[in-house]
Amino acid sequence: MSQLDQWRPSASLGMMRRRASVLREIREFFWRAGVLEVETPVCSRFATTDPAIDSFKTRYTGPQAAQGLPLYLQTSPEFPMKRLLCADSGPIYQICKVFREGELGDRHNPEFTLLEWYRPGFDHHKLMQEVAELVNLLSDDVLPVEQLSYAEAFQQNLKVDPHNATIEQLRTAAIDHRLPGIEDLVLDRDGWLNLLLSHLIEPGLGQQKMTFLYDYPASQAALARVSGDSPAVAERFELYISGVEIANGFHELDDSAEQQRRFKKDNNQRLETGRPTVPMDQWLLQALEHGLPACAGVALGIDRLMMVLTGSDNIRDVISFDLDRA
Amino acid sequence: MASYSTNEFKGGLKIMLDGDPCSIIENEFVKPGKGQAFNRVKIRNLKTGRVLEKTFKSGESVEGADVHETDMQYLYNDGEFWYFMDPESFEQVNADSAAVSESAKWLKEQDLCMVTLWNGTPIIVEPPKFVVLSVSDTDPGLKGDTSGSGGKPATLETGAVVRVPLFVQIGESIKVDTRTGEYVSRAKDD
Repeated sequence: MSQLDQWRPSASLGMMRRRASVLREIREFFWRAGVLEVETPVCSRFATTDPAIDSFKTRYTGPQAAQGLPLYLQTSPEFPMKRLLCADSGPIYQICKVFREGELGDRHNPEFTLLEWYRPGFDHHKLMQEVAELVNLLSDDVLPVEQLSYAEAFQQNLKVDPHNATIEQLRTAAIDHRLPGIEDLVLDRDGWLNLLLSHLIEPGLGQQKMTFLYDYPASQAALARVSGDSPAVAERFELYISGVEIANGFHELDDSAEQQRRFKKDNNQRLETGRPTVPMDQWLLQALEHGLPACAGVALGIDRLMMVLTGSDNIRDVISFDLDRA
Repeated sequence: MASYSTNEFKGGLKIMLDGDPCSIIENEFVKPGKGQAFNRVKIRNLKTGRVLEKTFKSGESVEGADVHETDMQYLYNDGEFWYFMDPESFEQVNADSAAVSESAKWLKEQDLCMVTLWNGTPIIVEPPKFVVLSVSDTDPGLKGDTSGSGGKPATLETGAVVRVPLFVQIGESIKVDTRTGEYVSRAKDD
């Protein structure tokens, strides 16, 4: 691409039209299902504490904030949407831009579009069915649906038990499966699990089908409930199509005290890795205290979905202007 | 030497790996939505020429390699080393057989070569894309055939052997493409 062509969009006009029709079908799907479309602030005083996600930071200065009010750009609309649920909104969805610092590659752009929705009364299994229904509405071909537990995926591909294997066993599995150039890597247990999943398992998931991976290790619960004890698993799922991670969902944690423990643990982990801590969302904690209806929620990457629907292998092909042109 | 974080990785960046200078060929960012990000990198070891893959945790830093490429004039070979001179500073360096490697058979005195220096020492020597060399030996008996079918082997002044058309004779100069090792044309004598 020459410098002179940089003003042009990175996606084709045909792609923009397909994208517009996908967005319209999504809105019609939720309209028919009686799920309310909402909008929530993109900028917030609070940020996600997730140790693997970094937020952009900005500042408002003006009336009521002469000294400047630090604000974080959302990495997902999860916290304000849960506050709406706690305020008795009923089922809600949102299509919005989210922002993640430090993420750029064939499947990553630092700003991207999420579809996020919440279903009171659903658990993660019922929500997986609805995700599959929506994706098949948008897909040219009807994709068969596969549900695979995290443990089954590791067992089938690597003959490893992800819930009980030691770091050394996980490292050995990586070496035995000829993952190149990993001899010097120093990772914690979840780091090794993520390496094995993203490098050795993901590429084979969702080939000519939708694969839902569910029951994640409790250590990777994020904002999901944890259930069972042998082993304890997070009631969390991810959807893969053509080896690409499309969506992440939870049977949502509704325990304010547990939520606060996880925020603190995340911030401690951020400190240990030399990264700044972020302010915990006090209003989310108060809302959970007030009471979150039992619900499941999911975030689905619209750009990634467009990639798999159209067989594109670079995210820039499905967004009007990628970072290079932004 | 500076160190580079994985955020600075791109094709052509020179880094140190296991004590050897390397050049990044490809850099892929791999990150689960919730979890550790990695950079999966394809790298060429500049000393051995081997291509290898390496996985880094995103955000890690690696030491940079003091590697640069420069045009240098080939001077002579003393049996152990090949000597090159910077045409501007007149500074001289010597390259060993590992650095010169297959290029040796194309090196003619005075020719400008691309020399890759690591900490000031040559590790790769690339001959000019085209060289003009005289034929020191070839079968003289096949004069008159200009069809060029098949051709014949000819030994050049540097020791390289290339296939030439049948009309090429001992003492003539020819132009050769060093990337393919193929005859291009007859050259006028200097």
